[in-house]
Amino acid sequence: MRFDDVFKYLPLLLQGTKITIQLTVVAVGCGTVIGLFVSLMRLSRFRLLSLIARCYTDFFRGTPLLTQILLFYYGIPQILGLNSFPAYFSASITLSLNSGAYIAEIFRAGIQSIHRGQMEAARSLGMTYGQAMRYIILPQAFKRSIPPLGNEFIAMLKDSSLVSVISMPELMMSGKIIVGREFNAFETFIVVALIYLIMTTAISQFVSYLERMFGKHDHGE
Amino acid sequence: MITVNNLTKRFGKLEVLRGISCHIAQKEVVVIIGPSGSGKSTFLRCLNRLEEATSGEIIIDGIPVTDHKVDINLVRQEVGMVFQRFNLFPHMTALQNVALAPMKVRKYSKKDAEELAMSLLTRVGLADKAYQYPEKLSGGQQQRVAIARALAMRPKIMLFDEPTSALDPEMVGEVLDVMRSLALEGMTMVIVSHEMGFAREVGDRVIFLDDGQILEEGAPEEIFQNPQNPRTRSFLSKIL
Repeated sequence: MRFDDVFKYLPLLLQGTKITIQLTVVAVGCGTVIGLFVSLMRLSRFRLLSLIARCYTDFFRGTPLLTQILLFYYGIPQILGLNSFPAYFSASITLSLNSGAYIAEIFRAGIQSIHRGQMEAARSLGMTYGQAMRYIILPQAFKRSIPPLGNEFIAMLKDSSLVSVISMPELMMSGKIIVGREFNAFETFIVVALIYLIMTTAISQFVSYLERMFGKHDHGE
Repeated sequence: MITVNNLTKRFGKLEVLRGISCHIAQKEVVVIIGPSGSGKSTFLRCLNRLEEATSGEIIIDGIPVTDHKVDINLVRQEVGMVFQRFNLFPHMTALQNVALAPMKVRKYSKKDAEELAMSLLTRVGLADKAYQYPEKLSGGQQQRVAIARALAMRPKIMLFDEPTSALDPEMVGEVLDVMRSLALEGMTMVIVSHEMGFAREVGDRVIFLDDGQILEEGAPEEIFQNPQNPRTRSFLSKIL
């Protein structure tokens, strides 16, 4: 086995790692904002809003991410009569929308797990639905959503490897490039796998730290 | 202060309230008793529209609560509610629990809201617990914070939904003491409770609710010593 043929590409691998991290942070960051709004829409008493939210989450959770990536990279520009979107743009949008759908469901579960007495107590004090959500329900729901959000972050970090099919120069793509030049698939992909593993392990450690920190004062119903 | 005309409430096919009419005067303390499932809590929750009435009319302080054009939040600001399960906000200290609504709803400054909260916590005997989170408080202490929280909106009416039912027996007294002092100050109160001793001592009037209807009402001595309706008699014989 010849690992030195992999390590001479270390700058390429690190560059790919950086882009993988960037993509994941953008996807989960935008996904959190999208997810917050979509979960509130989903729980809204206005049927139309709820239906739109539902269609959105069903589509992105119910179809393969690979299909979504190709659809957004090749399909959408085609019907718009454009050449193509930059890969970075397409990849960020698709991953964000995908992540948003999963995070919407995480927040919805979190919100619904808060005992309805909390909403009633807030409303009985004269707060509006929005105030009750903002000051009472969401802070508690968000705390409970941290562990599944951590899982989503890990899942997204791994799934972002799929955007290598549209030649995004992220970690997986770096690996493919090295294998293309050196024909050392085993060594390269083992190293790539290890880099992913280091990142996912670090994230899960960080999430359990957050859980301990935020876990205080959450023994309500 | 509160007028209820022919109030009904249905959950699907289940008719929980079947035509309730009553009038509650200012400064009156009314205790609602009755077997479980009789609609006591539902009645109370209709008063501040936590439950929507199916039909009928509720007028509080001249405002038709059941009218959908009315901004219910304005009514709720005048009507405090205390729940069986306390429902304190677990992510906030006792002080923050009490100060939140004055700040966000009444638009008090943080300083004014916290001063008010502190004076109310002092009043319910919990000034030393102001910076504790609810999980560190006993049930009786939590319920007293919940009363302070409701009082922080300076309500004209207080609704109590079985405020001592979830408490260990030794903590019932401290909550009833706070309620007693409120009654003495002239707060208009509607209390769903099984504390018959308290009803007799503090209540101006007792309403016996069964099967969604008012079967009997009157001064506590009359109801407890000389109940007219056989259902009231059988209920009282079981719990007294």
